[in-house]
Amino acid sequence: MKKTFKLVDLDCANCAAKMEAAIKKIDGVTNASVSFMTQKLTIEADDDKFDGVVKQAVECVKKVEPDCTVVLK
Amino acid sequence: MTRKQKKLLIRIIVSAALFAGGLFLPHEPERFSVMWFVRLGVFLTAYLTAGYDILWKAVRNIARGQVFDENFLMAIASIGAMIIGEYSEGAAVMIFYQVGELFQALAVGKSRKSIADMMDINPESANVERDGEVLEVEPDEVEIGEIIVVKPGEKVPLDGVVVFGSSGLDTAALTGESALRDVTVGDEIFSGSVNANGLLKIRVTKPYSDSTVSKILELVENSSESKAKTESFITRFARVYTPIVVGAAVLLAVIPSLIFGNWSDWIYRALTFLVVSCPCALVISVPLSYFGGIGAAAKRGIMIKGANYLETLAKAKIFVFDKTGTLTKGSFSVSEIKPDENSGLSENELLNLCAAAEKISNHPIAKSIVKAAEGIEIPKTENAEEIAGFGVRAIIDGKEILAGNARFMIKEGIFGEEFNGDDSPGTVVFCAADGKYAGCISVSDTPKDNAKEALAELDRLCSAKKIMLTGDRQSAAEDIAQKLGIDEVRAQLLPDGKVKAVEEIFAAKSAECALAFVGDGMNDAPSLARADVGIAMGALGSDAAIEAADVVLMNDNIGSIPLAVRISAKTRRIVIQNIVFALAVKAAVLILSALGFANMWAAVFADVGVSVLAILNAMRTLRIKE
Repeated sequence: MKKTFKLVDLDCANCAAKMEAAIKKIDGVTNASVSFMTQKLTIEADDDKFDGVVKQAVECVKKVEPDCTVVLK
Repeated sequence: MTRKQKKLLIRIIVSAALFAGGLFLPHEPERFSVMWFVRLGVFLTAYLTAGYDILWKAVRNIARGQVFDENFLMAIASIGAMIIGEYSEGAAVMIFYQVGELFQALAVGKSRKSIADMMDINPESANVERDGEVLEVEPDEVEIGEIIVVKPGEKVPLDGVVVFGSSGLDTAALTGESALRDVTVGDEIFSGSVNANGLLKIRVTKPYSDSTVSKILELVENSSESKAKTESFITRFARVYTPIVVGAAVLLAVIPSLIFGNWSDWIYRALTFLVVSCPCALVISVPLSYFGGIGAAAKRGIMIKGANYLETLAKAKIFVFDKTGTLTKGSFSVSEIKPDENSGLSENELLNLCAAAEKISNHPIAKSIVKAAEGIEIPKTENAEEIAGFGVRAIIDGKEILAGNARFMIKEGIFGEEFNGDDSPGTVVFCAADGKYAGCISVSDTPKDNAKEALAELDRLCSAKKIMLTGDRQSAAEDIAQKLGIDEVRAQLLPDGKVKAVEEIFAAKSAECALAFVGDGMNDAPSLARADVGIAMGALGSDAAIEAADVVLMNDNIGSIPLAVRISAKTRRIVIQNIVFALAVKAAVLILSALGFANMWAAVFADVGVSVLAILNAMRTLRIKE
């Protein structure tokens, strides 16, 4: 499954790169991308683990940049 | 400017004013004198005004284990400078760092906005007719088969067919072409175009989620996912760069001090390292350049599905073209009229005769001959009959006229059995009058008006090898190839032969030169997929083409291909400039400060100044000369 989330207040390009690296390491993630320009997070992960992956991804984002929030729909 | 940015700007102004005031105070007052305290107070206030949030973030992030966080490094560098007594420099580092941050935010925001404006095709609402009333609803609430009303000046919200009215459509937002397209009842119409003059009623044929607007927006939004190799390289580089520079700073602070003493001097040098340790200039300017390049292309109806394709396009040295619909218009026209010497006919007379006979036929070739005879008076025909697969027989001015292919002439005994075609290019229509050969007319698919110039420009831009694939006869193909300046022709290919040809060319080329395939996206999806970059032309309304290609030309203009190459080359140039410039300045400042020749001001320039210049340079990708 592949899903895209909007990121609010992602202010630093380096942080975006760090988030991407961290999210890619989460178990079950096949691909992930954090775009600083479009302020979007895209996660591709196994269907059965997806919800857990998203939760962990949000933690990764918070850890790198606490001010940045992921819009979960 | 957002509220956050305005607040930062005010803080910077206040802080800079305090800082400037501080510079007028005596430079080296006696330690712990009143003046010394005043000076410390002024710079400390300036420092905290500018950087309190950075300090707070530094504390917070270090608690989360983010050692190489840029806020943390900047805080250490500036506090360190304060501790060793360099108050003005400590404050300046923070002020300029914030100026840089503000500028980055503004520049990135501006590029985002200009690209968003370019892609301003999303309709806000649709006016749908329900039970005789016109209701304003969200576009995704409209169902297939419903009638929507589009007034002049409004965006077409959904794909459909015109059922009432006629108007000119402005498709500039989709195709980059400014000419209006006339539509009337029965015509297909694409969402995202703007109704320029008349009221239109449209029967919706696709739900909003499948309409052209949604497809294009999806394509643009997803383009940021596929990152260029250069960008991945830079992020990998950034991950090791900061730890290395910070490590070097620690060593520089400790080792020479133990040997030579003079701690504050070496610590100062180490602190300048920390200021240069952020790879921001690179990390921000590389994706910004690609983003700008993709945006500039999108504005001209060239949709690039990812920065990686923009990067590959700049390396393309082989362009393989599918002929029909790409290089040629896909419609026939008369290219040569050759009356037989013994017939005594002029070119016009021969054309006249043929046109008169062919008038009854609906064959595209027959139509092209009739079209060529427009403006000259065509004689009356009697007893005209079409013999399918051969040609037309008609009585004109009492003479029996035959017009058709070679087989027809052989069948009628005009040519002997041994006649096997001829050497004229294109498709040939032979004509006979009263049993005698009268001449022939060559009909060929005409090249697009700007095809030759577009190919010549490709040549100039990247000295590309241009290969044409076609199902046409060798002679016809070579004729077109020669006219257009194609380097290599593969003719008489069956439909599946095209992929094989692409595979052969692909296997024969060297690894570092990329192969681009240009097709109309209708039947060449495998070839588009096989090439390094698949470019589909005239893709507006063709979902298959949008799906299969890496670069999608919404318009049918072959001139967009050199334009896309130009944009990709310019983007690549800017990316390289930024990488070289940023690394060179940082390396120079690191070396100079290790040796004690560069002060913190130089380091601030290497960090913030370089970022600002790199961003300004990156924003040039948005501007492309026509």
